[in-house]
Amino acid sequence: MCGIAGLIHKGKRANVGSEMTAMLQALKHRGPDSTGYAVYGEPKEGEYIMRLKVAEAEDRARGHSVHKLIADRIATVDEILGEHDVNVKSKEAVTEYALRYVLSDIDNTGALAERIEETEGVEILSFGNGLELIKDLGDATVVSNQYNLNDFQGTHGIGHTRMATESDVDIKSAHPYWAFPYNDVSVVHNGQITNYWIMRREMERKGHRFMSNCDSELLAVYTAHNLANGISLEESLKKSIQEIDGVFTYLVATKDQLGMAKDTMAAKPLVLYESDDLIAMASEEVAIRAILPEEIDTYDPYDEEVRVWQA
Amino acid sequence: MASVTDEELKQMTQEERVTALGMRTEQLTGKSLYIEFDPGAEERFTYPWAPDVDFNKRTELDTDDLTSTEVNSRIRELMREGYGTIVLKNPRGKHSLGVGILSRLNLIIDGSTGYFGVGLIDGPNVRITGRVGWSCGENMMSGTVVIEKNAGSTFGAAIRGGDLVCRGSVGSRTGIDMKGGTILVGGDTGALSGFMMQRGRMVVCGNAGKNLGDSMYDGTIYVGGEIQSLGVDAVEAELTELDRKWLTRKLTQYGLMPDKGVDHFTKIVAGKQLWNYDNLEPTEKKLIL
Repeated sequence: MCGIAGLIHKGKRANVGSEMTAMLQALKHRGPDSTGYAVYGEPKEGEYIMRLKVAEAEDRARGHSVHKLIADRIATVDEILGEHDVNVKSKEAVTEYALRYVLSDIDNTGALAERIEETEGVEILSFGNGLELIKDLGDATVVSNQYNLNDFQGTHGIGHTRMATESDVDIKSAHPYWAFPYNDVSVVHNGQITNYWIMRREMERKGHRFMSNCDSELLAVYTAHNLANGISLEESLKKSIQEIDGVFTYLVATKDQLGMAKDTMAAKPLVLYESDDLIAMASEEVAIRAILPEEIDTYDPYDEEVRVWQA
Repeated sequence: MASVTDEELKQMTQEERVTALGMRTEQLTGKSLYIEFDPGAEERFTYPWAPDVDFNKRTELDTDDLTSTEVNSRIRELMREGYGTIVLKNPRGKHSLGVGILSRLNLIIDGSTGYFGVGLIDGPNVRITGRVGWSCGENMMSGTVVIEKNAGSTFGAAIRGGDLVCRGSVGSRTGIDMKGGTILVGGDTGALSGFMMQRGRMVVCGNAGKNLGDSMYDGTIYVGGEIQSLGVDAVEAELTELDRKWLTRKLTQYGLMPDKGVDHFTKIVAGKQLWNYDNLEPTEKKLIL
């Protein structure tokens, strides 16, 4: 089933961390397996935030040796950053297997990301000036507390509560997905893509990498491909409705935009609230009411509807 | 049946063979079979266990800290105490509020509900001041439901009776599989509205999305605005004087009568070209044919 949520404040910053947590917690019944956030803080010129994970649930089955494995992988990442003369402004191990780096002096972020991911077991969850992508097993409260998201100030964010259907319960199959290697682009999706393997092979032939077997990852890769070819976010969303088969509603966030697209059957839900300074959307109204308890006007977007909002 | 020999069966027509073998013989007439109730027969309309409520006895229930199950249980308790008018406060998008009420009641929901609101009801008059989520009024049997704002998709799915009214716009697949009753929409409706509709009437004062009335068996859809496209086997029919009178009465009743009257409404019915019924089950066909 899965639940998706998103919000964007126009021209101001707010506590999007706690707002997203309230929305996602209200959607827990749609997906209790894992929860993910893509939240956008204040971008700083020349400064990049890299979130990565160095182990999965399956690695823990190795027993005590996993601790050494994790330490070795982190050392390798640090070594690569050194080789590329990257200035590491800060490095924080939020959990043993999830790290947050603040970096500067990077010539080519895409090439650096590719080089880091050559390390076995290392996956970059997000790379960008403003984007911070966090996902882990458990509900929104668990993940939010684990990753200290309750005070996160930003302009916009998207999130996801996952009920695993087509792939495993693990972090690599959890949403959101970063649109590798396109900085600051993230995707959450509710639905099922029926031409996944055809589209995946097409994207792989064009040189894109897939880290999981989750059909939602395709939307991130597809969006990254379009953006890299100069297609606007709105055009990419419209194109996807024609090219991607299945039932889906998905949200895409960039450094300063939030977009949504609904398939031709309008089979997956989304409720929208729009005001002059805030746009909020979720699979169910109960999530919007978690941050806006007063009486408000909301509506369901129709089939093939595409919308994009600016922060 | 035992007295029929193989030789005799060979001489019979298909219909005679079916009868002789004791199989179903009823023929579909192509006409809706509305059951005429006797208004005097009160026992037809009330359940023996239905509480005797007084509409003048009114109470409010704050749902803020209650789960949907607790709210629905509390409504039943209040009805047993004789309350005939119940106001639910602060629903805030909760799912399944007011479901399965099978007797008379004035239920006022002051705010918005989530999925499956007031489904499976048989009798109450409901007014919702906010918006409703997916599948509002699903499978309702009788009563009236009036929603002041918008509604989500599958509005009035499989409704069998009563009036389900949304003053705003509704999502996709409105009245999917409806088997009776009336759905009134003040605004627009989305794609595949009236999909596999079997009986009843749907009125949309605004525009309708693509594939309106797709694969409808029977029933009638009236649209006041533009129709993006008709579905398979949905065809336009002439708006008769009877249609005009019925539309005028229903729309006036709920304050949805457009300024320009009802003459501009388009009437959509089933073309019945997909009616390929016979009276044999596949297993029966193997025996007979």
